[in-house]
Amino acid sequence: MLKKVNTFWFSIVLAFVFYGIIQLLISTAMLNPFYTNTLIFICINIILAVSLHLVIGITGQFSIGHAGFLALGAYISAIMTMKLGMPFSVALIAGGIVAALAGLVVGVPSLRLRGDYLAIATLGFAEIIRIIFLNIDYVGGAAGMQVTHATTWTTSFLCLILTIVVIANFTNSRHGRACISIRENEIAADAMGINTTYYKVAAFVIGSFFAGIAGGLYAHNFYIIQPVNFGFLKSFDILIFVVLGGLGSLSGAVVSAILLTIVSTFLQGLPETRMIIYSLVLVMVMLYRPQGLMGTREITDYFGKWGRVKGGNQYGG
Amino acid sequence: MLKVEEIDVYYGSIKALKGVSLNVNEGEIVTLIGANGAGKSTLLKTLSGLLKPKKGKIEYHNKSIAGKQAQTIVKAGISHVPEGRRVFANMTVEENLELGAYLRKDTKRIRVDFEKVFELFPRLFERKKQLSGTLSGGEQQMLAMGRALMAKPKLLLLDEPSMGLAPLLVKTIFNIIEEINRDGTTILLVEQNAHMALSIATRAYVIETGSVITSGTAEKLQASEEIRQAYLGGM
Ligand SMILES: Nc1ncnc2c1ncn2[C@@H]1O[C@H](COP(=O)(O)OP(=O)(O)OP(=O)(O)O)[C@@H](O)[C@H]1O
Ligand SMILES: [Mg+2]
Repeated sequence: MLKKVNTFWFSIVLAFVFYGIIQLLISTAMLNPFYTNTLIFICINIILAVSLHLVIGITGQFSIGHAGFLALGAYISAIMTMKLGMPFSVALIAGGIVAALAGLVVGVPSLRLRGDYLAIATLGFAEIIRIIFLNIDYVGGAAGMQVTHATTWTTSFLCLILTIVVIANFTNSRHGRACISIRENEIAADAMGINTTYYKVAAFVIGSFFAGIAGGLYAHNFYIIQPVNFGFLKSFDILIFVVLGGLGSLSGAVVSAILLTIVSTFLQGLPETRMIIYSLVLVMVMLYRPQGLMGTREITDYFGKWGRVKGGNQYGG
Repeated sequence: MLKVEEIDVYYGSIKALKGVSLNVNEGEIVTLIGANGAGKSTLLKTLSGLLKPKKGKIEYHNKSIAGKQAQTIVKAGISHVPEGRRVFANMTVEENLELGAYLRKDTKRIRVDFEKVFELFPRLFERKKQLSGTLSGGEQQMLAMGRALMAKPKLLLLDEPSMGLAPLLVKTIFNIIEEINRDGTTILLVEQNAHMALSIATRAYVIETGSVITSGTAEKLQASEEIRQAYLGGM
C-alpha cells in the first residue's frame, strides 16, 4: 500500500517537472501558441475524461450528457468574468459549483432508481441547457458570447492535477470501494448495507463539478463560446475518451484523452474526416481490445508486482 | 427474534406477497419452501430492506424494521445473501469479504472474522487473491455466504444456496449452514431443494402464490403426504 501511495505521488512530482519544463519553454517563447493551446486543450479534455470516468468507469452509471455540465461551467464562469467583473479564479469555482448543483438536481431523481434512467436524464439535460443558452440574449444567443482569454498553461495544469488528485483519492478511499461495488453489482452492494443512492449521486456530483471547472477553462481559452460547441457530439467525444481508455481505468482515460485530442487537433480542418477516423478507431478498439486500451488497469500497475488497481485497490500491497 | 405479520408486497401493481406472517426464534434454522415464483425471494428482499411492504408489520427484537433502509437493517444484525450469487466479479475474494464488513468500524474484530470465514471455507483462503468472477459456481456461493458473515449477522437470510450445484457440493454447503447455525447465527433459508432443507431445519413454512399455506416443524412437514407429493417428489 505504501508502495502504491509512493508511486502515485511520484507521478505527481513527475507531472510537476513536466509542467516546469513546458512553462520554461513557453516563457522563453520556444513553444509557439499553437502548441501551447493544444496542451491547454489536452488538459481540459483530460479533466472531462477523468470526471466522466468517475461516473461511468468507477460507479458504473451511464451518463451521456457530460457536455451539459461543460456548457454550464463555461457560461457561468464567462458571465462571472465578463458581466460581473469577477476574477477568473472565482469564476472557475462558481462554474464548478453551479455544474455540481445541476448534477444534484439531475442525479437525485434519476439515480434513486435502479437502471439506466441517468442516460436518458443526462441526454435530455444537456440538450435543455444548450437550448436555454441558445435563447438567452444576455449571453448572446446563437451568436455566442465574447470571453477574454484568461486560461493559461499554469491554470489548466493546476486544475488538471487537482482533478486527478481528488478523483484518484476518492476512488482509493472507502467511498470509492462503495462506488466500485455498485458498478460490480448493485443489488449485492445494497444487501451489504451500502447506501447506493448516496454514492451514485456523490460520484455524479463530483464528476459534474469538475466538468464545470473544465467549462470555465474552455470558455476562457477560445475568445468566444457558442451553444453549438456543447451539442451531443461533444458529450460523445468525452464518452469516447472513457470507453477507449478502458472502463474503470483512470490512466486509460488520461491516455486516450491525450491521443484523441492530438488526433483531432491535426484533423481540425476536416471535421467529417475526423468523425470517420474517430468511428474507425472506436470500431477497431472494440474489435481487437473490447476492454479498452488499459482494461481496468492503471499505469502504476506495471511498476509494482502487486499492482492491480482497476479503479482503486486500497489494499493493493 | 423476527416476527412478520400480514405483510403485502407489490411490484408496481402486481401483488407478490399477500398477508404473509411468520416468525423466527433465536437459534433456529427456519426454511421457506415453495415453487418458482411463489414469492420466497420477495419475502427475503422485504426483510432485508431491498423492498418495502405496503401493509403489515415486521419486527426484529421487538422493534419495527418494516420499510427501513437496507443499511439500518444490516446494522441491526440481519444479512441477506441474495439469489444467484452476486459476487463483485472484478474484485478479489479478499476484497469481496472486506466489503461484507463495510458498515463495521471494529477493525480488530474484522480481522478475527476473516479468519473465521476462512476456517469455514478453506477454499476461499486458497483463492483469496483470485478475482471472484473466475471462481466456480460453488466457490462463488461460498464467497457470497462468507461475505454476508463478515457483517457479523445474528440472523442470516439465505436465498437458494444450493442452486445449480452438484449434489456433493450441496451437501458441503448444507453442512456449513449447520455449522454457522451452531456458532450462534439464526438462519432463514429459502430452498427449492426441500428435501435437504427440511433435513437441517427446525421449522418450515410452505409458500404458494404469495401466501403461506402450511407451516410446522420440519418433521411434521416431512411426514405430510401433501408436502411429499408437491415438494419432495413423492419420495
Ligand atoms: N422486479 C420484479 N418486477 C415485477 N415482478 C417481479 C419482480 N421480481 C419478482 N416478481 C414477481 O413476483 C413473484 C414472486 O417472485 P419471487 O422472485 O419472489 O419468487 P421465488 O419464490 O423466489 O421464485 P424462485 O424459486 O423461482 O426464485 C413472481 O411472480 C415474479 O414474477
Ligand atoms: Mg427466488
